[in-house]
This record gives sequence, structure tokens and C-alpha cells, in this order.
Amino acid sequence: MSILIDKHTKLICQGFTGKQGTFHSQKALEYGSFLVGGVTPGKGGTNHLGLPVFDTVREAKEKTGANASVIYVPPAFALSALVEAISAELDLVVCITEGIPLYDMLRVKQFIKGKKTRLIGPNCPGVITPGQCKVGIMPGYIHQSGPIGVLSRSGTLTYEAVWQLSSLGLGQSTCVGIGGDPFPGTDFVELLRLFNQDEQTEAVVIIGEIGGELEEQAAEYIKTEFKKPVTAFIAGSSAPEGKRMGHAGAIISGGRGTAKGKQKALADAGAFIAHSPAQIGITLKNSLKTV
Amino acid sequence: MEIHEYQAKALFREFGIKTPQSTVVNQADQAFEAAKKIKGDGWVVKAQVHAGGRGKAGGIKKADTPEAVRKVAAEMIGQKLVTAQTGQEGKTVHQVLVEAICEIEKEFYLALLLDRVAQKPCFIVSSEGGMSIEEVAEKSPEKIFKLTVDPLCGLLSFQVMAILKNLNLPLSFFKKLSALLHSLYNLMVQKESTLIEINPLVRTAQEELLPLDAKMSLDDNALFRQEKMKALMDLKELPLEERKAAAHELSFVKLSGSIGCLVNGAGLAMATMDIVKLKGAEPANFLDVGGGVDSEKIDVAFQILKEDPNVKGILVNIFGGIVKCDLIAKGLIKAISVLNIKVPVVVRLEGTHAKQARRILDNSGLDLSFADNLEDAAQKIISLTGENGK
Repeated sequence: MSILIDKHTKLICQGFTGKQGTFHSQKALEYGSFLVGGVTPGKGGTNHLGLPVFDTVREAKEKTGANASVIYVPPAFALSALVEAISAELDLVVCITEGIPLYDMLRVKQFIKGKKTRLIGPNCPGVITPGQCKVGIMPGYIHQSGPIGVLSRSGTLTYEAVWQLSSLGLGQSTCVGIGGDPFPGTDFVELLRLFNQDEQTEAVVIIGEIGGELEEQAAEYIKTEFKKPVTAFIAGSSAPEGKRMGHAGAIISGGRGTAKGKQKALADAGAFIAHSPAQIGITLKNSLKTV
Repeated sequence: MEIHEYQAKALFREFGIKTPQSTVVNQADQAFEAAKKIKGDGWVVKAQVHAGGRGKAGGIKKADTPEAVRKVAAEMIGQKLVTAQTGQEGKTVHQVLVEAICEIEKEFYLALLLDRVAQKPCFIVSSEGGMSIEEVAEKSPEKIFKLTVDPLCGLLSFQVMAILKNLNLPLSFFKKLSALLHSLYNLMVQKESTLIEINPLVRTAQEELLPLDAKMSLDDNALFRQEKMKALMDLKELPLEERKAAAHELSFVKLSGSIGCLVNGAGLAMATMDIVKLKGAEPANFLDVGGGVDSEKIDVAFQILKEDPNVKGILVNIFGGIVKCDLIAKGLIKAISVLNIKVPVVVRLEGTHAKQARRILDNSGLDLSFADNLEDAAQKIISLTGENGK
């Protein structure tokens, strides 16, 4: 088992014929992902990488039976691409695009309510279930199949954590980059819920960052419902008190959002805290002994 | 992106919000002339920098005569202003706003921001506005009122009423408050702003609501379609090295330590700073070279690090995903040899094409140290520079 994706996931790529879409689709195919085609408006009917290109997501879904999409379109076109994929009722949409306007994401967050689609990202490395399906830009070879679930707000820091896990012989069930933007499609809590149900996953790593309250919300959930050991690292404990503008940010966060606050919330919830980014893997390994 | 008070107030007026009469100037003599033209019983001279806390730091001063306005302006312009929000290095004042003084009955706090938790625009108001608003928020949180606005409904009259009550304003202010809040909300949404803050918003002796200050931030991601807002960008507000980095799409923040860091990805860049600090040294900077890094960007990154006299050693930490390590390696060789970098450099490359990269660096003849992992990398740069335990 795994969460979100596996070897049966039938994937299409939006922005298929662009530079990013082409490069990462090739890598996904090499990895063995079940990529069945792509969408580039205006290029429907042609072929790319030996796969069919469609004008719309709906056509692509009808002709290929796809149930998931990965989006590489530029920020200015992302709102349309996202709403199109959600309207076509795909199960999963993973948006890699960086730099989407915040108000566009607020629109997407409103639109997706009550729909069946789950959105991961934007501004994220994607999702991988090692050995089965790779959806995104992460280097495939650092991953191994195994019992550890990985959740992260970061890109390359996720690779670092995965690399440490694999070096210790700890494979991964599924690794999910939720993205670094203020309004992610899916947050830590929703994914922890999935890992809680997933039989393959025995323990979870959360890679957080300063800012926002996603880690504090995760801590709340871990405390009350999550049954498996959690290891957490929060990046940014050395970041100086930021130069800032006005007081509203401080008032709305009410002191939450700092590395210390997040570490404390997670530790209080029973999570194991890696204080050094070099000790994420080993901290998780030690957490398994406590089970 | 942030804009100046005078720019935000111009936007306020464009959206029908009355502001005190004011003129922005960059010379003391102009301040004198401006004061003569602005009617009133006195003036206030306000340093235009992208930071709050100006009042407590001497960046906002009253003056009774045009001559006094000139004197105060002369003292401010060209000087560094250090406030609680600028960082130690402060910000140089290039312009001041000369504004008519008004008779204040009561000061309020009013902000509108995009709330990450509610994922909606949110008003924050308090009847206790002024310089100590954060203290109020901490000690008397009941005096802070938050109200989220559903984007589909927009601001509704019952919400205006709730804000009116929380500000303890009489019913006679309903129309004025409603107009102000609607204008602010429209301004925020139309210009894709992430924050508008008015502290203080004042009730004048003439029964008006006037914004005495205005802070406004805009969504960087939306600037491509907000050209008028983009034109308000003041590059002088950024330190020189950050401007240079930004011109090459590098994300750089100068810090006060001695270990230069060159990393791809913001999370890994922060984590690299964290481990440098854990090992007893201080990072000299945050530097994320991003996913689109090439030889030229590596070169610019090294130029910036070289220009910082505090940098005693450089830690390169690249985890290749999109980024191919062999390209980074070639960029490193070029930058280090051309720029004649003398400080120790520790290189840790992992991910896409890491092995090829190592071969290229091994054959370069450069005096580099290699690390196999993050722990090792931090340890090596710190022992090579002797910067531990400071």
C-alpha cells in the first residue's frame, strides 16, 4: 500500500510539450510511472514522447482513462489549468508550478470545496511512491520502497531527508511535498490522516519550516489521533527575526510560526524532534525502537 | 513587495479614501516649500522607509513652522533610520513626507491581510491603536477584533456594524466607516495586496476618520499582471548585494556571520544555516540559487560572497533535483578560479549527476574540500575556518 499514488495511477501531464513538462515526463517514464498522455491546448491530435497530446483535460481523461494530472504550466495559466483538472473530476492533481498569484490560489481553494479532486502543491516537488510511481521533479534514485511516510513543505530539504533515510536502509511508502506557498492545496493534517490508515506506513517524517501554522495544526492532530511515531525537523531556527512591515503579521500569528514554537508543539504531541538537519534519518530510526 | 506610505496614501485617494494633505520630497528646501503650501496648524515630517516602528525611532517628527519642517527634514534625509523592524543596519532615508497635522480625538488600529489559516481576507481592528499595538495584542487580546471576509460575498453591512461596535464608534460613523472599509477591501483585492495596515486610524475633532499612516504589501507573484504596482517598487530599499542577487534571480539575505552559504532550495538553505549555527559558527548569509541555476548565477553568487569581508569560508550544499550537479561543478571551477577565491571552500554535492560532478572537481586542480553529507560539510567548513565557539 501507499497513499495518493501507486502503480495503477494513470497520469497525464498539463503543460506536456513545454520544456519542464517534457523533461520531467521523460524522467517519469524512465522511472516507470504510468504516464498515458498530456495536454497542451492547441496541440491536440499530435504525439509527444510517443504519447497522445490532447487539447483539454476532459478529452485526455475520456480517451486514456487517466485519474491524475501533474501540472507544469507557467504561473499565469495555472488558475485555468487547475480549475480545468478539478472540473474534469480527476482524483489527484499535483501542481509543480512556482509563483502562482495568491489570489488565484484563494479562488482555487474556494472552487475545490466539495469536489472529489485532491490537490497537492503548488510550488512543490510532487509525490513519489518509490518503485511504483513518480509524479514531479524529485530525483527518483534516492528513494527506496519501505515503511516511512515523508511529508514536507520544502523541495531539496525533502531530498536530503529521504537520502538520509535511504542511507540507513529505511525505505519510504510515499513522499509528499505539500509545497512552500501560503495556501497549499492539501495540508499536513489531511495527509497524516491518510498515513494513519495506510498499512505500509509505520512511521512518518514531517519537514516543516518557520512561518504559518501548518506544523502546529499537525501537532494537534498527532496528539489526538495519530497512532504512529512521528519525527519532525523545522528549518529556520537560525533565521534572524525578520525585517518586517507593520504589526499585522505578528498580531495574527500571536507568537506562533517560530521554529521554537513549532518544535515545542510537536514535541508536546509526542513527536521526536531532529534538532539538526543532519539527524533526521537517525532520529526517525531511533523512534522506531520505541514502538 | 512593499511600497512607501506616500504611495499607499495615493492609492487610498484613488479609491476614494480621504487622507491628510501631504507632499513627498527628497530635499529639505522642498520640505520648506511644501509646508508653506499645506494648510494647517502644524506639520509632521515622516521618513519614507519600508519599515514600521518609525515613531519610536525618531523617524516621525512634528514641526510648528515651515523653517522647523526644513530643519527636521534636513536631519532625516540621507541619514540611517534604525527601527525595531529594519534590522541593526537600518535603512537610509531618501524621502520624507510632509503632512498636515490634525486634531486627534482617538486612535484606532486597522489592518486588512490575507489570513493563512482562514485562507481569506481578514480585517484586524482595535480601539487601542497607536505605537504599542503589539503590546495590546499580547496583554489584552480581547481588545483585538478579527473578522474574515468571504471573497464571494465581499464585505457585508453586518460586518461593518461589528467593526463599528468593536471600535466603540457612535452610529453616526456607520456610513463613513462603511465607505472606508469597502474602499480598503476593493483596493486590496484589485491590486492583489497581501497587507494594508493603518496605524493609527484617527477620529478627528471634525468627526472624520483619517488614516494617519499607511503600510501596504503586494503579492510578488501577481506583479506580472499588476504593472502599475510593479512600477512603485523602490530598489533603493534593498541592500546593494540583495539587489544584485535579485537581478540574477538569486534569493539572498545578508546576515552577520562568517560562513558563506551557497545552497539550492529555500528549505535546504535554511537547514544549512541551522547546522552551521548548531556547530558553533554563524552563517554570513541565506542564499538560495534556485532550480534554474547556471554557471553565470554561480559566478554572481561567488562575487557577492567575495565582496563580504566577514566571509571566512564558503559552504556549497547542492542537492540536485532539477539542478544537475555536473553543471554546478563546472560553474564552481570557473567562479573560484576567475574570481581567485582564497577562503576555504567545502563542497557537498548530492543528487542528479553527483558522481560526474565529483570527478570534474577532482580533476580541476583546485584546493577544495569535499563532504559526503551535511554533518561532515558543516564540520569541515568550521574546522577549516576556525570559526567555532564564537
